Amino acid sequence: MIPAAFEYFAPATVDEALGLLREHSDAKVLAGGQSLMPALRLRLAAPEVIVDIQKIDDLRGVRDDGDALVIGAMTPHSTVESDPLVAEHARLIALATATVGDPQIRHRGTFGGSLAHADPAADLPAVAVALEASFVIAGADGRRTVPAAEFFEGVFSTALGEDELLVEVRVPKYTGWGAHYEKFNRVAQGWSIVSVAAAVRLDGDSIAEARVGLGNMGPTPIRATAVEAALVGQPATADAVREAAARAADGTSPVTDINGDADYRRHLATVLTRRAVLAAAGTA
Amino acid sequence: MTATEERPAAEIGASRRRKEDARLITGRTRWTDNIVLPGLQHIAMVRSPFAHARITSIDTEAAKASTGVVAVITGADIADEQGALPNAWAVIPDQKAPVHLSMAVDHVAFAGEIVAMVVARTAAEANDAADLVDVDYEELEPALELKAAARDEVIAHPDLGTNVSAVWSYDSAESGTGGDVEAAIAAARDGGIVIEQEFRQQRLIPAFMEPRSIVVDPTTEQMTVWSSTQVPHFVKIFIALVLGIPESKIRVIAPDVGGGFGGKLQFTPEEVLTVIAARRTGKPCKYTESRSESLMAAHHGRDQWQQLTLAANADGTVTGLKVELIADMGAYLGLVTSAIPLLGAFMYNGIYKFPAYHLGITNVFTNKTWTDAYRGAGRPEATYAIERLMDELAARVGVDALEIRERNWIKHEEFPFSTVSGLRYDSGNYEAATAKARELFGYDDLRAEQRKRRESGDPVQLGIGVSTFTEMCGLAPSRWLGSMGYVGGGWEHAAVRMLPTGKVEVVTGTSPHGQGHETAWSQLVADRLGVAFEDVEVLHGDTQVAVRGLDTYGSRSLAVGGMAVLAAADKVIEKAKPIAAQLLEANADDLDFSGGRYGVRGTDAGMTMAELAFAVFQGHKLDGSAEGCLDADATLDPDDFSFPHGTHLCAVEVDTETGASKIRSYVCVDDVGVVVNPMIVEGQVHGGLAQGIAQALYEEAVHDDSGTLVTGSFDQYTLPGAPDLPSFEAARTETPATTNQLGVKGVGEAGTIASTPAVVNAIVDALRPLGVTDVPMPCTPYRVWTAIQEGSRS
Ligand SMILES: Cc1cc2nc3c(=O)[nH]c(=O)nc-3n(C[C@H](O)[C@H](O)[C@H](O)COP(=O)(O)OP(=O)(O)OC[C@H]3O[C@@H](n4cnc5c(N)ncnc54)[C@H](O)[C@@H]3O)c2cc1C
Repeated sequence: MIPAAFEYFAPATVDEALGLLREHSDAKVLAGGQSLMPALRLRLAAPEVIVDIQKIDDLRGVRDDGDALVIGAMTPHSTVESDPLVAEHARLIALATATVGDPQIRHRGTFGGSLAHADPAADLPAVAVALEASFVIAGADGRRTVPAAEFFEGVFSTALGEDELLVEVRVPKYTGWGAHYEKFNRVAQGWSIVSVAAAVRLDGDSIAEARVGLGNMGPTPIRATAVEAALVGQPATADAVREAAARAADGTSPVTDINGDADYRRHLATVLTRRAVLAAAGTA
Repeated sequence: MTATEERPAAEIGASRRRKEDARLITGRTRWTDNIVLPGLQHIAMVRSPFAHARITSIDTEAAKASTGVVAVITGADIADEQGALPNAWAVIPDQKAPVHLSMAVDHVAFAGEIVAMVVARTAAEANDAADLVDVDYEELEPALELKAAARDEVIAHPDLGTNVSAVWSYDSAESGTGGDVEAAIAAARDGGIVIEQEFRQQRLIPAFMEPRSIVVDPTTEQMTVWSSTQVPHFVKIFIALVLGIPESKIRVIAPDVGGGFGGKLQFTPEEVLTVIAARRTGKPCKYTESRSESLMAAHHGRDQWQQLTLAANADGTVTGLKVELIADMGAYLGLVTSAIPLLGAFMYNGIYKFPAYHLGITNVFTNKTWTDAYRGAGRPEATYAIERLMDELAARVGVDALEIRERNWIKHEEFPFSTVSGLRYDSGNYEAATAKARELFGYDDLRAEQRKRRESGDPVQLGIGVSTFTEMCGLAPSRWLGSMGYVGGGWEHAAVRMLPTGKVEVVTGTSPHGQGHETAWSQLVADRLGVAFEDVEVLHGDTQVAVRGLDTYGSRSLAVGGMAVLAAADKVIEKAKPIAAQLLEANADDLDFSGGRYGVRGTDAGMTMAELAFAVFQGHKLDGSAEGCLDADATLDPDDFSFPHGTHLCAVEVDTETGASKIRSYVCVDDVGVVVNPMIVEGQVHGGLAQGIAQALYEEAVHDDSGTLVTGSFDQYTLPGAPDLPSFEAARTETPATTNQLGVKGVGEAGTIASTPAVVNAIVDALRPLGVTDVPMPCTPYRVWTAIQEGSRS
């Protein structure tokens, strides 16, 4: 289908973009378009104004900022996937990004767009929550920083205001941590039915710290804190990890759809958590 | 001069690269939606969001006032003009069918039915205005669940009074082709084996790559229609019949067509309406469906319940098979909707010698998109049922799945074999295909690995799936079609023309949409006429060029259309003989035709076809005793069907913790008779396997309780991609068919037919020790996992 008519702006700076968003009440930000364009074409979304932020070069790229990595909102998935800083300090992000859609989608779609879109079945939100990333948001009153745990508010809903822009995401460094992203889907290009993002720091043979995020186990990504706590101090053995992973579904509220009911998803969460943590420990 | 003698090998059997590939792969070709004509107008359809409703009013004022709009047309506007869409197959004389309007007037029977259309200057303007058409509906309760619909619990078409369109049956005792099934079942209950099982053939969407598109140019001389269709000849006839336009004033062109799989074997509402829009406005019009419309409104496939009873002796010799089918027609009867179950009716006995057979079919309407042909059409359903049952029988008897088949199949020395369903299989060698498949697959090693995994309680279990099949191909002898209630015939037409420059023009009535006829037909003619492959041009898909034809479906093109091409080429050779005799001043009896040349036996004198063609073009030396033309037409009606067969073996790893199934290896040995182009055959098999595997694992059209298609985009309607499929090992045996001059059989549907049961058998085989005896298709991880949970409880 063909989208309904809209007015189109392509600002070159963040300030210009923010001005346009303030000026037009029914405006939508266009990043890589991999979620917004289908919605426009199906006429599920019909904003009067599109603010295309592709031309804002400041929003693209990954940089080292002391104890954190900073990933620009407009950095395409394909860049994140192969970025050496990400590989060194936040490998979990690279692993998850590599499972997004297919190469075409990863060349167009962006890191920030994926997070701002907040699809419960998306891959990056669970990673952002697990890694305690923080979201830098620009608005009329300057910039504010929102922790991942507070950024995701519901299905397709975030802490972003209508006239705000996600500019970058700060990720603490996980240098030397093991990481694994376990995505369970029906076909290689499909969205996840359930996904588990795990990062583990070992101290000798035992787990010193663990981060576990669950995707599609509720309206927002979920941090499996019970699992994390149970893992700390345990040996990275199949039995110990299995016992900790059994708590993965605690406090989750997954949907029932054609790919599975809530019980099945809860079961998957425990199996995938066990596999993700063991695999992460194996790479540490 | 073309150096025929230097050609090292015969064309038939050569893996020629397809002539079509460069343009199809690069897209540098003409698809219907690429066509732009001066003054072209664009159409957008307004479709019902409800599965079942009465239209109480339609307000078109706002749409008419919208920018660029030329016309807004409702069903009431064209009530006198639109006629009714045809169904071409009455499986019984008093088959019931609702009137099928291209555009609903006051009643809609499925979500996606067209209720209005907008004609505008641009596609965007048409879309905008379509959103402004305000339709009021009074919702009616939809008939959705097939079994309930068969019981008439909710009626899909109130004025029809029932959902049952037709009831048809075949009984081997009544037909004299075998014994009495009930007696066989009764006997088996006493010391033998009776297996009762129900299978669901889920609803599928053909999902061709190129959405349907139509362009109509209405001039006073001619109505030219471009359509992305498999059947331009059908479309021409039906436009004439439905809209009252003289057939001689209609030209239908199927340019390059991006796939069909049966989904474009149809005469569509969209075709009728685009012609009406063009005729009314007097200007060319284009309609191209969106992907969402395509998934919702182009006909669907499969959708049956199969109730089966298999009777066997204790040693696993089958004594009888009883089948009761309920088939979902959806909301209307398309061209051959009602006959899809019938096309499978003769195949439930597969490659086996069953002594007794009964089949009953109930065709039922529901408030869903109408169904019709989808790759395999009836035969995949039949093959699935019997091949799943043979595995269950093997499990009951406690023998290997291949062994149980061997105990029951027709041995190669028993051909020709008259089957219990009344067909005559002319040839086959199931032993050879199976032996080859078994070896390529490493059957025994995989069985050993399977045992090991079972013993160690590996969470990833290995299953081995067996499937054998045969299918009736080469649709079809006209007299057979007539006897079954089809209005058309099954012949095919071809023409071969010798051009003055030595090139050859071949015209075929088949209408390829990805199959590579241009290449294969060139190979046929190059060999037969002794000309170079490159010198042959194949024309098709334009009713003004290929004036006679019945198009492409049912694995018929080579076995029927290709044989018509050969018959025409033979006539050319015949016609050339007296001319050659005259020009060479020889007696016709002393001429031999070989290597593309008529030579005078025992001398060096002779003329090539190219030389003869030029001499005929000049006419200078012809004495008038023979017609001065080498061109020939041929119409060929096949004597009988052809019966390809094969053995497919599939190894699947099932993760019992998650329910995920992964195909580890897939070997098939198909016997499609003589092979013209092995690469094309392999391509057809690979694509067929992908689609058959997709039915087993991925695809299903799902509707919600209100009849809305949940799987209305490729996001939800799961199609596998290359990463999801294994690297296939496709091999062949070659037992020539005896029903056509070349011994070819047909390959378009083979992979689809055989692969679905191979995959599901493998999954069930992996899980049988866990108490699983069936998994409904598609075998999603969720369903497999659920089956494991239920198995462990039972
Ligand atoms: C076929 C297909 C398969 C896919 N598969 C997957 C998958 O497996 N896993 C997965 O995670 N994703 C998948 N995606 C989605 C993909 O990851 C997209 O990149 C992502 O959803 C959106 O990113 P985008 O840059 O394209 O954003 P857009 O589509 O341009 O925007 C998405 C939304 O976010 C808003 N937005 C974007 N950027 C900003 C910003 N900087 N500030 C404020 N608001 C903003 C937009 O206004 C819009 O509402 C798939 C997409 C497609 C088409």
